[in-house]
Amino acid sequence: MSDLTGIYALWYREYKVFLHERSRIVASIVNPVLWLLIIGGGLGSVLEFGGVNYVSFLYPGILVQCALFSAVFFGVYIVWDKKIDFLKEVLVSPMSRTAIFVGKVIGGSTDTILQLAILLFIGWVFSLLGIIHNVSFTPFSVAAAILFLLVTTAGLTSIGLIIGSQMESPEGFQLIGSFLIFPMFFLSGALFPIENLPAYLAPFVYINPATYAVDGLRWALLGMNHFDPLLDLAVVTLFAAVLIAVGTYAFRHMRL
Amino acid sequence: MLPAIAIRDLTKRFGTLAAVDSLSLEIGEGEVFGLLGPNGAGKTTTLLMLTTLIPPSSGTASVGGYDIVRDPDRVRASIGIVFQDPSSDETLTGYENLKLHGLLYGMPANLREERINDVLALVELTDRRDEKVKRYSGGMRRRLELARGLMHHPKILFLDEPTLGLDPQTREHIWEYIRRLAQEKKITIILTTHYMDEADRLCNRLAIIDHGKIAKLGTPQELKRELGGDIIHLRAPGCDPAVFRTLPFVREARTEGDGISITVQDAARHLQEVLNRAGTVEAVEVRPVTLEDVFLHTTGRGIREGPAEGSWAEKVMAAGTRR
Repeated sequence: MSDLTGIYALWYREYKVFLHERSRIVASIVNPVLWLLIIGGGLGSVLEFGGVNYVSFLYPGILVQCALFSAVFFGVYIVWDKKIDFLKEVLVSPMSRTAIFVGKVIGGSTDTILQLAILLFIGWVFSLLGIIHNVSFTPFSVAAAILFLLVTTAGLTSIGLIIGSQMESPEGFQLIGSFLIFPMFFLSGALFPIENLPAYLAPFVYINPATYAVDGLRWALLGMNHFDPLLDLAVVTLFAAVLIAVGTYAFRHMRL
Repeated sequence: MLPAIAIRDLTKRFGTLAAVDSLSLEIGEGEVFGLLGPNGAGKTTTLLMLTTLIPPSSGTASVGGYDIVRDPDRVRASIGIVFQDPSSDETLTGYENLKLHGLLYGMPANLREERINDVLALVELTDRRDEKVKRYSGGMRRRLELARGLMHHPKILFLDEPTLGLDPQTREHIWEYIRRLAQEKKITIILTTHYMDEADRLCNRLAIIDHGKIAKLGTPQELKRELGGDIIHLRAPGCDPAVFRTLPFVREARTEGDGISITVQDAARHLQEVLNRAGTVEAVEVRPVTLEDVFLHTTGRGIREGPAEGSWAEKVMAAGTRR
């Protein structure tokens, strides 16, 4: 009972911080849009995959990119909370460690999902403007995309929180975070199709959970997929479940 | 009557260093108890163990009747703590910080709002409730955190350096609250401090901790009486402190600065004898023994290495660059 209000408390804090800092959210949207318009538009003049222009092909990948960066880097706030001792205030409350972790995952995911919702809206506007073709914005496709994004975001937020719980400086977090995020992004097939990859590359792409998130989203929004969408969903769900379990453990053994 | 806190052989080792070394102590209900000690003596480590934030290496303690090792969740529900470093979210307002606290402690909405109003009035921040903590002064922020520590009506309140870095007016203010709380609400208060005047004026009883062990325990009066009555400070060139040590009423005599410091039982009665032995005296000063003298006498005069982390003020500044 008290754990539920506690989880709400942690979410309430993120929500309040979000309201106070709308500019941060806007700023975080600029980057993906630039990727879409510049990389997508630039390469789009010469590239086309499976009858889909490059901007449209790139769009689901950019959604995953946004989830990756925003959700994983959310974990840096745990390091700050440790530094200013706000974390102690939470840890000394009667809440269980598991509830604290769950509350943090929900809070961080909300943050990321709001940014993704804005990106979905921008995508819809782009398709009306004719910048993006072939992307379907039907209720079913959007619902399927949001499902994939929710599960993926929960897993990625957990990664950030796990790193954050073990780190003592924001700089250290930045380093480890980037070390993880960039390979996950580049090896996810967000930028290129994963058919006929060279042998040295394929294994890395196939063990990357982000690959399945991109593939699932591409199926939902473009009807293009390499794997069975159910396999995609199963992989990202397993990914999120394992990381939430690891995160709960990490929070129980967190150094202050 | 059951003690509010009973510590039995509490030990915390960091590698080979025993930060807290089989500490045993009982603190009664409604007491204002002070933990004094030089930097790195083990005060904060003790506090962190009693509030279940770090587990002891061995030994245990009961806080509010619950064991800190076996029942940490119940312990946490019955205590409040004000940390040494700022622990409020400065991107939120004072009210939002308190609401967050109420939610974390599972308080129902109407009770929560009532308590927020109560504690804000107590620390006189009612008219600043909707301002962001970022815009609070150090003293206001401290008061807010004190209010927060009290909001869920803990039976036991831990205060880690409650007035560190505050101006005299604010310190006086906070002492007043602490005294009132102990008297009116029967809350047991455990505080650590570096300020001896603070300990002297606030605490019913105190322990001087050094190297993880209790070096002295008693009321401030007892401790001062134990050391002696008054201190005579003389400036007498060419005089050796050893000449005073044979006098029966002298407890201690040593060189200090450009003079000699002599601890005596009763300066009013024995001043003349001291002056007789000193020879030519340029200046003399007499003052009663303070807790500071007791502290220095107990823990020695060497400078202690402080912890490597930054001070309270540095942390506030670092936090200002966040988000």
